[in-house]
Amino acid sequence: MSPELALPAAFLVPLMGLFGIWAGAKVSDNVREAATLITGGSLFLIVLGLFTAVGAGARPEWEAFEVIEGLPLAFRIEPLGALFALIASGLWIVNSLYSIGYMRGNEEKHQTRFYMSFAVAIASAIGVAYSANLLTLFIFYEILTLSTFPLVTHKGDDKARNGGRIYLGVLMGTSIGLLLPAIVWTYAVAGTTDFTLGGILAGKVDEAGPVLPLLLALYAFGIGKAALMPAHPWLPNAMVAPTPVSAFLHAVAVVKAGVFSVLKIVVYIFGIDLLAETGASDLLAWIAGGSILLASAIAMTQDNLKARLAYSTVSQLAYVTLGAMLATQMGVMGGAQQIAMHALGKMTLFMCAGAVYTAAHKSNISEMAGLGRVMPVTFGLFFIGACSIIGLPPLGGAWPKFFLMLGSADAGQTALIFILMISSVLNVIYLLPIPIRAFYMAPDGRDGANETGEGRALIQWHAMKEAPLFCILPPTLTAAGCLVLFFYGGALYDFLLPIIGGA
Amino acid sequence: MAGPVESYSLVDQLPALQVVVPLVAAPVTILMPKGRVPWAWASLVAAATFAISLALLHQVAAYGPISYELGGWAPPWGIEYRVDLANALVLTLVSGVAAFVFPYSYRSVISEIDENQLPLFYAALLICMTGLLGVAITGDAFNVFVFLEISSLSTYALVAMGGRHDRRALHSAYNYLVMGTIGATFFVIGVGLLYAATGTLNMADMHDKLAGMETRVVEAGFAFIVVGIGLKLAMFPLHLWLPNAYAHAPSAVSAFIAATSTKVAVYVIVRFLFTVFYTDSSFEQAALSYVILPLGVVGMFAASLVAVFQSDVKRMLAYSSVAQIGYMLLGIGLGSVDGVSAALVHLVNHALMKAALFMAVGAVMLRLGSRHCDAFAGLAKRMPWTAAAFIISGLSLIGVPATVGFISKWQLLKASFGGDAAWAGFLIVASSLLAVIYIGRIIELMVLREPPTEGPHAKPVAEAPLEMLLPMWALVAANVYFGLNTELTASLAMRAAEALFGVGGGQ
Repeated sequence: MSPELALPAAFLVPLMGLFGIWAGAKVSDNVREAATLITGGSLFLIVLGLFTAVGAGARPEWEAFEVIEGLPLAFRIEPLGALFALIASGLWIVNSLYSIGYMRGNEEKHQTRFYMSFAVAIASAIGVAYSANLLTLFIFYEILTLSTFPLVTHKGDDKARNGGRIYLGVLMGTSIGLLLPAIVWTYAVAGTTDFTLGGILAGKVDEAGPVLPLLLALYAFGIGKAALMPAHPWLPNAMVAPTPVSAFLHAVAVVKAGVFSVLKIVVYIFGIDLLAETGASDLLAWIAGGSILLASAIAMTQDNLKARLAYSTVSQLAYVTLGAMLATQMGVMGGAQQIAMHALGKMTLFMCAGAVYTAAHKSNISEMAGLGRVMPVTFGLFFIGACSIIGLPPLGGAWPKFFLMLGSADAGQTALIFILMISSVLNVIYLLPIPIRAFYMAPDGRDGANETGEGRALIQWHAMKEAPLFCILPPTLTAAGCLVLFFYGGALYDFLLPIIGGA
Repeated sequence: MAGPVESYSLVDQLPALQVVVPLVAAPVTILMPKGRVPWAWASLVAAATFAISLALLHQVAAYGPISYELGGWAPPWGIEYRVDLANALVLTLVSGVAAFVFPYSYRSVISEIDENQLPLFYAALLICMTGLLGVAITGDAFNVFVFLEISSLSTYALVAMGGRHDRRALHSAYNYLVMGTIGATFFVIGVGLLYAATGTLNMADMHDKLAGMETRVVEAGFAFIVVGIGLKLAMFPLHLWLPNAYAHAPSAVSAFIAATSTKVAVYVIVRFLFTVFYTDSSFEQAALSYVILPLGVVGMFAASLVAVFQSDVKRMLAYSSVAQIGYMLLGIGLGSVDGVSAALVHLVNHALMKAALFMAVGAVMLRLGSRHCDAFAGLAKRMPWTAAAFIISGLSLIGVPATVGFISKWQLLKASFGGDAAWAGFLIVASSLLAVIYIGRIIELMVLREPPTEGPHAKPVAEAPLEMLLPMWALVAANVYFGLNTELTASLAMRAAEALFGVGGGQ
């Protein structure tokens, strides 16, 4: 399929999938799930085709129609967006497989609505990824917020309502209150909102005045999905949702759409040269650094596994913001790689957390002592994901940390290198004890884990109590991805090189 | 078309027909039997009027302004109907909303008013529409007053007809009558003073004569007109009549007047500010910067805040209307082409969303007999189509992309940031966040709560009838369509604003 045809198809396919899921649900649950998976598979193939085309130097474009005079709904694929779309659509398949296992395993209600919301959300994530101007990005950004709202409030009880209220309140509040004025302001100043390599603001604003830093701050906080502190509360509160939703929010689409937007705006609206010359992003780099440490510190205090992972996400997202705000080539490279690597790592962790909940109905870390002995695969995968998040080779997560440190050095911000180092130590402290407790500590003796006797064996093969296959296979895939991506770090680097002005 | 009527072609008579058709149709309605006949007749007339408006809009957009001499008397002595893009847009809006609200109204109306009043009701509705169309189409200042009173008097009656269901409607109508009359009186005093100063009532002629004239008389006339129309358009703090009138009127009336009557008043103030008076005169500059702009901003926040605490959904929407008028005043107060264009866009867009919202509430009134927010609990399960209509138009009110509300916000923000009034841009979005709260509250009730199992709203409820759903959804579809394709709204409004300012030479 030629890239020009594939681009509209990337929207048409999820739309058809939406009807397929709805119609399939009338036949049987299996047909409905098949519709989701077929949609996911074909979307992935389309996006993969576009990804390779972009890698070969093509920049597919599509202008759908004009919304306001001079402002079309338009798409143009550049490497950053191609990468984000590939991750999102690839992980959507994994997530769908996992959802099937989880939702059936936990007998959740309203599954049709659940899968339909996913289809809309993935289409809007693709829209964000491929957008050619700020207007298009904003439209899909908001649709993404609205389409994930039913997912977050899926359980429909008081807790879910409250989480949903904060979710929508923060995301809509920041996007309408800060992002929208920032976009219109940009448009009023620059006369365009097209993403252009090198930025559109150079020479259009008083470069010494307060407008540039103010505008950048509006974007950084207005994109609430990037969860830069203090715009992060929606993320921990959205944990009330079923685990596949958390995985979707944290790894597949939502937060990634946020940090992706920050990165894209910094690269294509401001231009890293302009930011480097004016120093407009210095303060925000420090705020991002602060967000990294503070969120890690909060993560350490959380006993609920999903809450701990949520704060870990807040911290890891700030890495991307930091990379953007460093305004150096290596910083941007690190940020872009972090989007991909964190997605795989955090996806693994969340799916493992869900597997533990499905198999053992445990969600607090303190209750998981000894659980690794009966769920060795789950906790083994958790260990791999955790190592990738921490940034240990030979896992993909090592690369972004490396580039970010290079970027900090380039920017002359030695102190930020220390922040990154401290943060890695904090990651070790709050992530690794979880598998360690699970494998090495004795079960506390009050629940099923020790009924198997033989407390000394590390893995109790005869008493395995793993989650269903659908909950185990997907994290296996993503964990393997973490490993593979370490060895393809160079290829990813080459692919992303054009966005930082390289060949 | 100078001198006596030269052509008897129907097309040339469109400006007169625009007003005459509903005016003549109204008394005929009174003679009709009760039942569906008056409703069908009024709907038919509304559709015909809408067709005339569309023809006029097309003609003006393609060939420029139309001047029509009523009875063949040449202006400035005779009454001139003058259609340019600004009022062609308003005419289309008024008749368009009527063409959807009238067909919707029947089931709602028979459940809310005395059946014997049905022919009278539809006659009043048609007269109200006639008045609003007349205000928009005329180029004569005194004629504006006449039509303003025609529409207002019929609206008082229409609001009072809600009294069968809820006695408070009588009190609200009386309040509205007093306030509306004060407004009309102020307006006519203002017109009188201008007549004394210029010796003419034709707006274009008045504009020529007012050149360079900044006397006390003109200033007083200006002040009386701004305050008088300010009352009619519910400019904060002159809005006190509005919430109760909208809340207690029959639902179909709320939908119609919320979408049209204040909008027409906004058009009148735009017309006087920018084509009768001189925008660069010192008293107008002062009025724009120190009266209209600040009052618009205060209205945006004060009324939105009050809306957040309403438990009566219709009252909540009414306060929201006052806030939305604030946006329009803010756009006008910026005093730029962009600002006025944004105000005109919002005028049209807000009519689309509020009509749809009030229609959804009307459907709930019909099925549950209540407009209290408790009745909305679990509505997504009981009346899914009505709830979905409310949600989409509610999101439009907030300004979510892909709806008309977003286009309004975008244009207003563009006018603010482009006009060195960045602070106004931030105030606009801040007050939008209040809309997120008051609309979000109802959406949450509808979607995330279970329908009540006890109390007055526990009875099983059917979806609204198709004859109500179809017009409601047509307006919802318009909310989305014009949110994605703005050629008919934003582009025309921009041209209209340029014409008002004389930039494009359209005058």
